[in-house]
Amino acid sequence: MIQIAISKKLNGADGDMMLTLDTTIQRGDFIALNGKSGSGKTTLLRILAGLEETQGSIEVEGVTWLDKKINLPPQKRGIGFVFQDYALFDNMNVEQNLLYVNNDRALADKLLNLTDLGGLKDRSTQKLSGGQKQRVALCRAMMNSPKLLLMDEPLSALDPSMRARLQDEILLLHKEFGTTTIMVSHEPSEIYKLASKVIVLENGKLLKEGTPKDVLLKRSGSQKFSFEGEIIDMIQADIISVAIISIGQQLVEVVLSAHEKEKFKIGDRVNVSTKAFGVNIAKGGGR
Amino acid sequence: MLDTLASLEFEPFILSFKLALVVTVILFIISLPLSWCLSQSRSKFKPFFEALTALPIVLPPSVLGFYILIALAKDSPIGIFFKETFGISLVFNFTGLVIASCFYSLPFMVQPLQNGFEKLNKGMLEASYVAGKGKLATLFKIALPNIKPSLITGLIITFAHTVGEFGVVLMIGGSRPGETKVASIAIYEMTEAMHYNTAHIYSAIMVIISFLVLLSVYIFNGRFNRAWESK
Repeated sequence: MIQIAISKKLNGADGDMMLTLDTTIQRGDFIALNGKSGSGKTTLLRILAGLEETQGSIEVEGVTWLDKKINLPPQKRGIGFVFQDYALFDNMNVEQNLLYVNNDRALADKLLNLTDLGGLKDRSTQKLSGGQKQRVALCRAMMNSPKLLLMDEPLSALDPSMRARLQDEILLLHKEFGTTTIMVSHEPSEIYKLASKVIVLENGKLLKEGTPKDVLLKRSGSQKFSFEGEIIDMIQADIISVAIISIGQQLVEVVLSAHEKEKFKIGDRVNVSTKAFGVNIAKGGGR
Repeated sequence: MLDTLASLEFEPFILSFKLALVVTVILFIISLPLSWCLSQSRSKFKPFFEALTALPIVLPPSVLGFYILIALAKDSPIGIFFKETFGISLVFNFTGLVIASCFYSLPFMVQPLQNGFEKLNKGMLEASYVAGKGKLATLFKIALPNIKPSLITGLIITFAHTVGEFGVVLMIGGSRPGETKVASIAIYEMTEAMHYNTAHIYSAIMVIISFLVLLSVYIFNGRFNRAWESK
């Protein structure tokens, strides 16, 4: 069990804010950390890793990592960290990257084979594709059999098909090793597929916490059919106005009434839903 | 001309390169921890130390030489201490040249290394810490191998700069054959004594060697960067 109760002052884009979190994570949980950029997600991961100082307490499976007197350095925490830009050791090949963490050839072989990298052992890390680098970073993070695996948007730089494939591999590794995991993610489908629990941060505060189903599917109002998007253009066509809204990978047109046209502008985050067969759009879109 | 060539003494060149080699090795050992600390430091005193290490670039060598001479002279506290404890003098000999050159060439080693360390992907260092490795292991196994171009630049420029030194050497060493009479001093003396032939040859040798050293730096770094990018 991991108990976290921390607070740290952050210099956010909109001035100073406090990052405060008080939560408990069960052993073997897969936590998705969600929230707008600047909400403190990466800082939270770095605090857990010991890479950033803070006040409060962190206790992991009976061991105190942080309190008033103790601040365990990253070296002593026994964690795995997957960086957003992978941060592989460029002076080493794939296998050396893993063995640097822990000189356990059997475990390295096992991880590389699980993630389909067995044939690339001797490859220089700079000759790898983004997806391959990502998998090496993941394997490297697992090499010290971490008590806690932290991943900072590990799949954000990859295309959708590679994403789906790596989600499967992350899931596979999580089933194989049962490592307690915290992963920053923006993708609802990814969260739904991988996570057992979602924590949503906003301006450094806990906004929501629960199962992916509860957090991602429940919306205000009674709409069953609802999408989040962003208005990217507004066009006046004859007497009606049309908003072009980007939802996921797709663009849709929604006809606006004269009243609605006044309410929205380009760049607004909106919710597009159907209610009584009419398309309804509303401001917000925040979960 | 042939007579001049036959009677040419190469001792000043050998002395210049011996001095450069010793200074490069010493400065590498000193600069490694210094540049690493400067690159990792977020202290408000950092600019103070950066300015101090860069000082020899802007100071006239005679100013630097003057202060070093005063500090190490036989009747200075440091000079007396070394004389009484080790029985050695620190000025007008090879030891004095090494000490003075280390001060003079310090920025040429510290700055490339510090630059290299600062440009390094911080995540790489943090990944090493998270993997349980200490600062020392991270420095030698991750940081240093990943700044190879900066490292080579630092070593070669320091070496070349020490070979090309004149003012500081003159102030601290004078011109004792086989002890402190390095190539640049020898050229100065030849010119003063109007032995223009010898001065010509010495100077030409210096130009050629210096050019070859710089050429090798640029070729190496170009190749290294290309190899790096195409990987």
